[in-house]
Amino acid sequence: MFEEVGTTTEGDIIINVGPQHPATHGVLHLVITLNGETIKKVEPHLGFIHRSIEKMCESLTYRQFIYVTSRMDYLSSHINNHACALCVEKGLQVEVPPRAQVIRVLMDELTRIASHELWWGAMAMDLGAFTPFFHAFRERESINDIMEETCGARLTMNYMVPGGVMQDLHPDFQKRVKEFLQLYKRKIHEYDELVTGNIIFQNRMKGIGYLSPEDAVSYGCSGPAARGSGVSCDIRKVYPYEIYDKLEFDEVLETAGDSFARYMIRLREMQQSIRIIEQLIDNIPDGDFQAKTKAVLKLPKGEFYQRVETARGELGVYIVSEGGTTPYRIKFRSPGFSNLSVLDHIARGSKLGDLVAMMGTLDLVIPDIDR
Amino acid sequence: MFIIKYIKEVYRGVKSLLVGMKRTLYYFTHHKEIITQEYPDNRDTLVMAERFKGEVVMPHNEKNEHRCTGCQACELACPNGTIKVIFKNELTPEGKKKKAIDKLVYHLELCTMCNLCVEACPSDAIKMAQTFEHSVYDRSELTKILNNPGSKIMDGVE
Ligand code: SF4
Ligand code: SF4
Repeated sequence: MFEEVGTTTEGDIIINVGPQHPATHGVLHLVITLNGETIKKVEPHLGFIHRSIEKMCESLTYRQFIYVTSRMDYLSSHINNHACALCVEKGLQVEVPPRAQVIRVLMDELTRIASHELWWGAMAMDLGAFTPFFHAFRERESINDIMEETCGARLTMNYMVPGGVMQDLHPDFQKRVKEFLQLYKRKIHEYDELVTGNIIFQNRMKGIGYLSPEDAVSYGCSGPAARGSGVSCDIRKVYPYEIYDKLEFDEVLETAGDSFARYMIRLREMQQSIRIIEQLIDNIPDGDFQAKTKAVLKLPKGEFYQRVETARGELGVYIVSEGGTTPYRIKFRSPGFSNLSVLDHIARGSKLGDLVAMMGTLDLVIPDIDR
Repeated sequence: MFIIKYIKEVYRGVKSLLVGMKRTLYYFTHHKEIITQEYPDNRDTLVMAERFKGEVVMPHNEKNEHRCTGCQACELACPNGTIKVIFKNELTPEGKKKKAIDKLVYHLELCTMCNLCVEACPSDAIKMAQTFEHSVYDRSELTKILNNPGSKIMDGVE
């Protein structure tokens, strides 16, 4: 594991961060080569939470494999399930009823807000501020309550099925979401007061971890990490799926490319998600919440690919079918993996203390990277 | 000028810190806005959402009858082999042999609460319960038999 010791010059020290470290948000192991306090190299070691989800999916039917994907990026489990459902629907050629489409988009955007809120709290905690974590969880809790009421779970929902959603909306759904929107609008200024405007926070974020647009593209970054460098890559805009092309929202872009830009992207994205929810919450069409599908799903022979925008970036689902009831091969293109690969590049030359801030703004979810 | 810029920056910094402190003080003095629940002290009043997926159960009526026909649809739908249907042969009043379930074995420790079995069941024999305090001292206690001892299939359920 430490063959890279030979490449270091005298005076360098090598430290291990993780795999059990609170700042890595999971079992990520970083081998860091330091010269004094300056980072010379960061090498992520993966595989500590590899559950071979892709291989597991090959033995599950097209209805069954969706629940496993909630365990990849557990903070946007709805969106993962959505991607799989869309990919299977592509193969089956089923039309999803309009009501189901709206429900799906509503759930996706609620998930996005919940995910960004958790990220915001964890980000502030990485930098040493403890209270924001609880403020973030207060709003997130009301989203979780909404999810629990309609989907029956708080984290691993398994609510999207091929052809629609599993159950109809709970009768209280609209009321609860409106309450949440009000709560959110009353509390959003606290985020700026507590963290964004804070001078210590700004000094630790601005100009740190610069990622140029060229590098963002060549490393395959996506989501807020790439949009912080001004790369337009929001799948909801570029390759719209479901009803995103009929909705009014902006793709959030910043050009600074530093940690603060990536931070601001996520805060502003929450506003856009709120905008989408506001457009839809009073206009949920009546009708079926699930298209009629056969009890046993069989995809025709061929290859199917679907990408969606999760809270972290572009998630791609690639299914190879041999015409049977189970996929021949499944591959997930997870956003976290590419975003992690850029860490070494942006961390070189900066101080060890800033590494945690950079990792925080990349918003890494380790089970998503390892799968 | 350097000195003016410096003073301005200090002023801006102190102000930003005070704004944050004000928010903290606000919550220190406004206890009504605190929303934490004091679990497990509130267990008596705790209400779980009606769709909360806590455990698969099989409801029985007052005559100890269930709706399960033993069609095995749940067993096939389950992604990880949590449910096993075990059959027995029963004699109908006319003296004919009939297949019925002996046990519907459910391994709670394997279950991922995905709801696929409940969706698949054609006769609504199983549903999700809202319990969530599942910890036990020995894991063999987590293997449950869903149908009550001596229970029969309800009349009219095919
Ligand atoms: S909830 Fe899912 S994992 Fe549990 S028994 Fe039903 S199908 Fe199996
Ligand atoms: S519980 Fe339902 S699906 Fe399972 S064997 Fe009984 S009737 Fe069939």
